[in-house]
Amino acid sequence: MRNAFIDELTALAKVHPHIALVVGDLGYSVVEPFADLFPDRFINAGVAEQNMTGLAAGMASEGYHVFTYSIANFPTFRCAEQIRNDVDYHRLPVTIVSVGGGLAYGSLGYSHHAIQDYALMRTLPNMLIAAPGDPMEVRSCLRYLIDNPGPAYLRLSKAGEPNIHCAMPEVAPGRWLKLYEGRDHEQALVCTGAGAQVAMRWHMNVGVGRQERSIFSVPLWSMKTKRLQRDLLNKFKKITTIEDHLVDGGFGSWMLEASVLASNGNEALDCRIIPVALDASVCDTVGSHELLNTVGGLSSAALFID
Amino acid sequence: MVHRASASHIGSALSMSDIAAVLFGNIMKFDAKRVKWEGRDRFILSKGHACAAVYAVLAALGFFEYSELDAFGADHSAFMTHISHKVPGVEFSTGSLGHGLPFGVGKALAAKKQGNTWKTFVLLGDGELDEGSNWEAAMFASHHRLDNLIAIIDYNKLQSLDTVAHTLALEPLSSKFEAFGWSVKELNGHDHRILAEALFELPWENGKPSVLIAHTTKGKGVSFMENSVAWHYRSPTKEQLEAAFLELG
Repeated sequence: MRNAFIDELTALAKVHPHIALVVGDLGYSVVEPFADLFPDRFINAGVAEQNMTGLAAGMASEGYHVFTYSIANFPTFRCAEQIRNDVDYHRLPVTIVSVGGGLAYGSLGYSHHAIQDYALMRTLPNMLIAAPGDPMEVRSCLRYLIDNPGPAYLRLSKAGEPNIHCAMPEVAPGRWLKLYEGRDHEQALVCTGAGAQVAMRWHMNVGVGRQERSIFSVPLWSMKTKRLQRDLLNKFKKITTIEDHLVDGGFGSWMLEASVLASNGNEALDCRIIPVALDASVCDTVGSHELLNTVGGLSSAALFID
Repeated sequence: MVHRASASHIGSALSMSDIAAVLFGNIMKFDAKRVKWEGRDRFILSKGHACAAVYAVLAALGFFEYSELDAFGADHSAFMTHISHKVPGVEFSTGSLGHGLPFGVGKALAAKKQGNTWKTFVLLGDGELDEGSNWEAAMFASHHRLDNLIAIIDYNKLQSLDTVAHTLALEPLSSKFEAFGWSVKELNGHDHRILAEALFELPWENGKPSVLIAHTTKGKGVSFMENSVAWHYRSPTKEQLEAAFLELG
């Protein structure tokens, strides 16, 4: 995903002279295509994420669309207040990019596990979360963010994720993208970020006939778009959400809140929501990405939770 | 307005009032009738709690009517008691310390890249320099030769609970900034003539950001407020307000 990101960002920067990339001394063998072509719009802020985010807001207030870039929790939690006050409150076009979402940096340990980031970003009223599920969605999300500038958080996995879509899908905040059309019209799997990769892998493994729920990816979501979910939720009796984030404050939690909001003052929704997310036990474990996802509860068994 | 709103931080506002008066009165370019004029100099108040001084200056310069200051701290008002960008003439909201200088660095960097000649002024408190983000920004500004950036330190030697010296000693402050690659001047932050002379020609050194360490008195001009930590918090009563006006003339 990170390669699709830099490829698409570089292509967009060719036609949008206001795009700037500010990195926190990370991005080796990733950011070079942008840095080489646009040295004047590439800035290494050093290992100083508070200043990186503050200066990004300052540049954004003068006409730039700034992408801050680092890995795991460094561009988010380390500078959470700069994101909250400087970027989000002032509604500035800064896209915070984190590579290594979820447990992608498995063996590097807890400091590198980005499994609470949705919880942070979800609480900011102007923030749009972009959590693409495959490289095609990365490109679509980037184009959307450039066309609709504002505070945004782009969460990427690492590299090597296969494409699920065969072409760039049309994304919009709160929209569900269909990845698989199942025969079961009462149940669905709804994913965000790398959850889509997990769901599609399960789907392939269990075989046709056993997994007949439709699978959706929701790459763009936010506090504001929570209220747009009613009609989508209304189509199903049971929805299983999938994400590589702790359940607390995550995507499934967002969907549960959406269903409660949708029922307030309306006829109650007849739709059960089952969040499949990481268990906190994963915080004390070190291992490969795959092992940690399994320890955390994203195994194929979870697909059939009732 | 601070009395009416029962607000805090009058001591902090009086500490920097002379600096604000000189900056807006003699140094910065702006047009009160075209608030977003692109050629204006940018002013960032990083010690956002002292906003009463800035709001008063903006009203005096015609950014809005004096009567609007009556809404200071009132329900649904734009005039929050920490500086708000919803007030005409205010570039950036602060309140949490250590945010102004990084934001100003971004503005100054943007101006350089866009070939613009306007300057960015950031006014900081002394206690605020405890925040590490300022030193991240200080390092960045000199590395990128942002000589269109001017920081002014309101050095009144008092912070929230005690003196600066007893909390986290800043001295030698001038040498700290010099070591970070800044051009430094130290002077009396209440002397309008000295302030104006120092800021008249900028930058002081090509290729270096400038920092003016302004020695000030918290609560300046009101004897019972001067050099008192309590006036970081207290709001003047009606009697204290009248006594203060008498002293200030």
